[in-house]
This record gives sequence, C-alpha cells and structure tokens, in this order.
Amino acid sequence: MKILCVCGLGQGTSLILRMNVDNVLRQLGIQADVDNTDVSSASSERPDLIITSNELAESLSGHPSKIVIVNNYFDLNEIKEALESHFN
Amino acid sequence: MKFLEKNLVEFNVDVTSPDEAIRAAGKLLVGEGLVEEGYVDAMVQSYHENGPYFVLAPQIALPHARPEDGVIEASVSFLQLANPIVFGSASNDPVKLVFALGASSSNEHLEILQKLMTLLNNQENVQKLMDITSYTEMEQLLGGMES
Repeated sequence: MKILCVCGLGQGTSLILRMNVDNVLRQLGIQADVDNTDVSSASSERPDLIITSNELAESLSGHPSKIVIVNNYFDLNEIKEALESHFN
Repeated sequence: MKFLEKNLVEFNVDVTSPDEAIRAAGKLLVGEGLVEEGYVDAMVQSYHENGPYFVLAPQIALPHARPEDGVIEASVSFLQLANPIVFGSASNDPVKLVFALGASSSNEHLEILQKLMTLLNNQENVQKLMDITSYTEMEQLLGGMES
C-alpha cells in the first residue's frame, strides 16, 4: 500500500499531513509506505491513495489513484475517519 | 532553529488582505535574518499560483515557500490577526492565525514542523492562540507544551 500526501510545494504542508497520517496509521495498525510531494509531481505518480486538501483535489481530478480529502490537517480524528472510510 | 521567539510573534495585527498577512508574517522572519526578502515574495507568489491549500486547519494559515527561495535558518513566526481574513479556502476560512514557515532543507525542518504539530494538534492550544494578548502568555503556552 502506497500513500502520497500532496500539497502545492511538497515542502511544509504535505509533510505535516504525512506525519499525522503516519500517526493515525500506527493507531489503526495499518502498514503503509507514506510519502509527500507537490501537486505537479503527484500527477505522474500512481500511489494507491492520495491524501490532500479540497482545493488541490480539484486540480488532481481525473487522476487514476483514489483521492481522499482532509480539511483539517491537525485533526487526527478527521484523518482517522477519512482513512477508515477508505479501508472499510 | 528559531521557533516563535519573542521577536517573531505579534498580536492583534491589523491587515486587510491575504497578501498583506503573508508579508507581515514574513517580515518578522526577515527582520531576524532568518530568511531573505525574496523568500517573502516567493510565499506570496506560491499563494497566487497554488491557491490557499496552506490554510490547513480552520482559521490557521501556514504560508511558506521552498528552501531554495532564500531560507537562512529553519524558523516559524506568528501573527494573531485583529480581523479575520478570507484566503479563499472553502473549508477553513476565515484566517485568524498566521504561521510563516522558513522551510529549510535540514533536519531542523522536521523538528520545527514537529513542534508546530505538537502545538496545533491540540484544539485547546489553538483557542488560546486566538485569545492571548502578550508574549508572556505565549511563553506559558509553549512552556506547558514541552513539559
């Protein structure tokens, strides 16, 4: 399972998301390869799952990977629910 | 690494646009010699090009650019806005708290983001950041976080 966290530059925002996604996956006991990148690099990658914000999800529409939207990057419960909805 | 030190924090700041908010937060980093002036332009440009995705939680914006845009030292400044500003984020507008991130390519980058997450993953801290009016209170908040 490969998960890609995506933001505009791939520097700050997506790294925060990635660290919190790692936290949640640990809680859920799910093994995954989590990485972060910017939105233009993401368009040529094929992870199982892309996690990003509402705005960037729009620019990735048509991407073959499944896209999960997270609105509050600091809300571990929201991230957990978003991931659980994908895994269940 | 400089994380929310006294000269990097301002309360009740009056700005009228996202650009002005980003520039005011960036200016604090420039003032302490942590980023070059061009980095502030790059933060504003990134907002114009990539949109408000860095409004990453309700009322919280984290403007930043790339390390190669002129970061001297890993750093975070903070502005508490007097009036909430609309950045165009469907889920998280309006913005009340602005953290400008000097994104370095060193290990300190991870450490500083970790610190920011410890602070902001806690909703009570976020509420306090809206309410406090002095750096003394900020110090208490940051001190409580480490203990």
